[in-house]
Amino acid sequence: MVNMETFILIPGRTSNQGCGISEGKFGPTYQAEIHRLLMAPVDMQRLEIASGQRVRLRSEHGQVDVAAEPAKGDELPSGLLFIAYGDLSSRLMGGDTHGSGMPTSKGIDVTLEVLPTLPLV
Amino acid sequence: MQRTSFDDYCPPRSSDPVTMTTLPEATTDNELRIIEDATCTFCGCVCDDIDLHVKGHQIVKAQRACVLGTAWFLNHEIEDRPACLIDGQPATVDAGIERAAQILGNARYPLTYGLSDTTTESQRIAVSISDWIGGCVDTTTSVCHGPSGMAFQGVGEVTASLGEVRNRGDMIIFWGSNPAESHPRHFTKYSLMPKGMFLPGGRKDRTCVIVDVRKTKSTKAADIFLQIKPRKDFEALWTLRALARGLELDAQKVEDETGVPLSVWQDLMERMKKARFGVIFFGMGLTMTRGKHANSEALLLLTRDMNRYTRFVCKPNRGHGNVTGADNVVSWRTGYPFAVNLGRGFPRFNPGEYTASDVLARGEADAALIIASDPMANFSQPARDHLASIPYVALDPKETPTTRQAAVAFTVATYGINVPGTVYRMDDVPIPLRPAFDSPFPSDLEILKGIERRVRTIVRERV
Ligand code: SF4
Repeated sequence: MVNMETFILIPGRTSNQGCGISEGKFGPTYQAEIHRLLMAPVDMQRLEIASGQRVRLRSEHGQVDVAAEPAKGDELPSGLLFIAYGDLSSRLMGGDTHGSGMPTSKGIDVTLEVLPTLPLV
Repeated sequence: MQRTSFDDYCPPRSSDPVTMTTLPEATTDNELRIIEDATCTFCGCVCDDIDLHVKGHQIVKAQRACVLGTAWFLNHEIEDRPACLIDGQPATVDAGIERAAQILGNARYPLTYGLSDTTTESQRIAVSISDWIGGCVDTTTSVCHGPSGMAFQGVGEVTASLGEVRNRGDMIIFWGSNPAESHPRHFTKYSLMPKGMFLPGGRKDRTCVIVDVRKTKSTKAADIFLQIKPRKDFEALWTLRALARGLELDAQKVEDETGVPLSVWQDLMERMKKARFGVIFFGMGLTMTRGKHANSEALLLLTRDMNRYTRFVCKPNRGHGNVTGADNVVSWRTGYPFAVNLGRGFPRFNPGEYTASDVLARGEADAALIIASDPMANFSQPARDHLASIPYVALDPKETPTTRQAAVAFTVATYGINVPGTVYRMDDVPIPLRPAFDSPFPSDLEILKGIERRVRTIVRERV
């Protein structure tokens, strides 16, 4: 059975990402931060996702694979996902700005699919 | 040689393009120097009270800077990279300027984009280049508070300086904004903690309200936190507008729509009315989500409504160090803040048409000049795909996904750390920069002046 559910994705700023920009965008701080998806712990439990397990996000405009981690405490309500702005969040955005100049960059509808954990070789 | 004045960085015009050999040698002394009241340009707070401890080409300590400011100051040492790359190969700055001018001067629909992390002096020249080449000029405003810019034009902005907020603001509301992570000294320097002229008790005299779709790090600072449903900012703001007008509302509908009970909104409205000086800071939680400029407009109108009862102001929390400068410069050069097309020899403004994201995603631009920004990391995939397919020129102190794919990439000195000039704080107050040490790399201004000089000739020859 494929574990799949719809969520709302909120890309945003984090201080780690900000520090990473100054250190260099190809450096470990920035790269780690933009490749980390935060989820409500209750959603992770329900979908049986282990911390660090990869999930696939699909929006109307693209798809990315990313490692999921539990958000601290009650930072995120169930049904909401958070990721730092960067390459992955941009891939899920559409090009159309609906006449505003601003692509819809927050509150993106996504389907989350749990990817099987690869057996250790 | 320590360059101290604007003219040191911007030699008088001559027919010679700027060359690396004309630039002074970087200092090598290892003595500890203290630069007092340096200006941090990492975020829109533009803190100008930072004491920098400098050894040669390295800032070793940034006193009073926050975590972001510290990372900014301590990670901008002189990197061992070529000052210019043409098609990925090291080249002289002169050759880079020539190639850049050829690309831009011969393009049919060139785009100038970025500008929020450079000095106002450079921004001015970038607009001149766009004017000469008849292109679009757009800034990172279009993908942060561009929708707010549209709303300002629609309904106006009741506003104040951060100094007024510090001295008077007794009810501080943050809507869709997370300053604890994006503007870490906002609370301590301007909005919550300071003891102000009319707020001798500092934090005790202020009420802090945060409205957001999630519990951000900022919510710890709040007296009242309202967690609204995602994509329901418009509905929530109009609920408050209705309450400000004394309209009856259906409690069930309000809660279903906003995720917050009507009684909580009513309580907030009563507190807002009783405030002596209310302030709403709003962020990209409002502008980047469904509703965009309609959300910002609702917030601006709510602020106006509140002035029937008391003094209320609002202010977007601007991200980049000189994004506000970009709005100001593009406005005083063209009459419009962003999304300006100069193709017909006079400025036309139309977000959605002349904004960088659209011009690229629709595959229209045939060349680009990208200054101090990284669309290859932050734009939608169609926009990035098109940018990768056209020749473009990039200026950045650091290597980024955008500089990596540029036809011409210049490594430039960092504004505020190596380069003097002016930036505008998020409340439109201009602040001077006090650089810490000299750089062997040219400034944005030097490169842009070189390109402008060359482009003028190319365009004249073409005509
Ligand atoms: S709040 Fe912003 S401007 Fe002030 S030190 Fe921190 S990053 Fe720099």
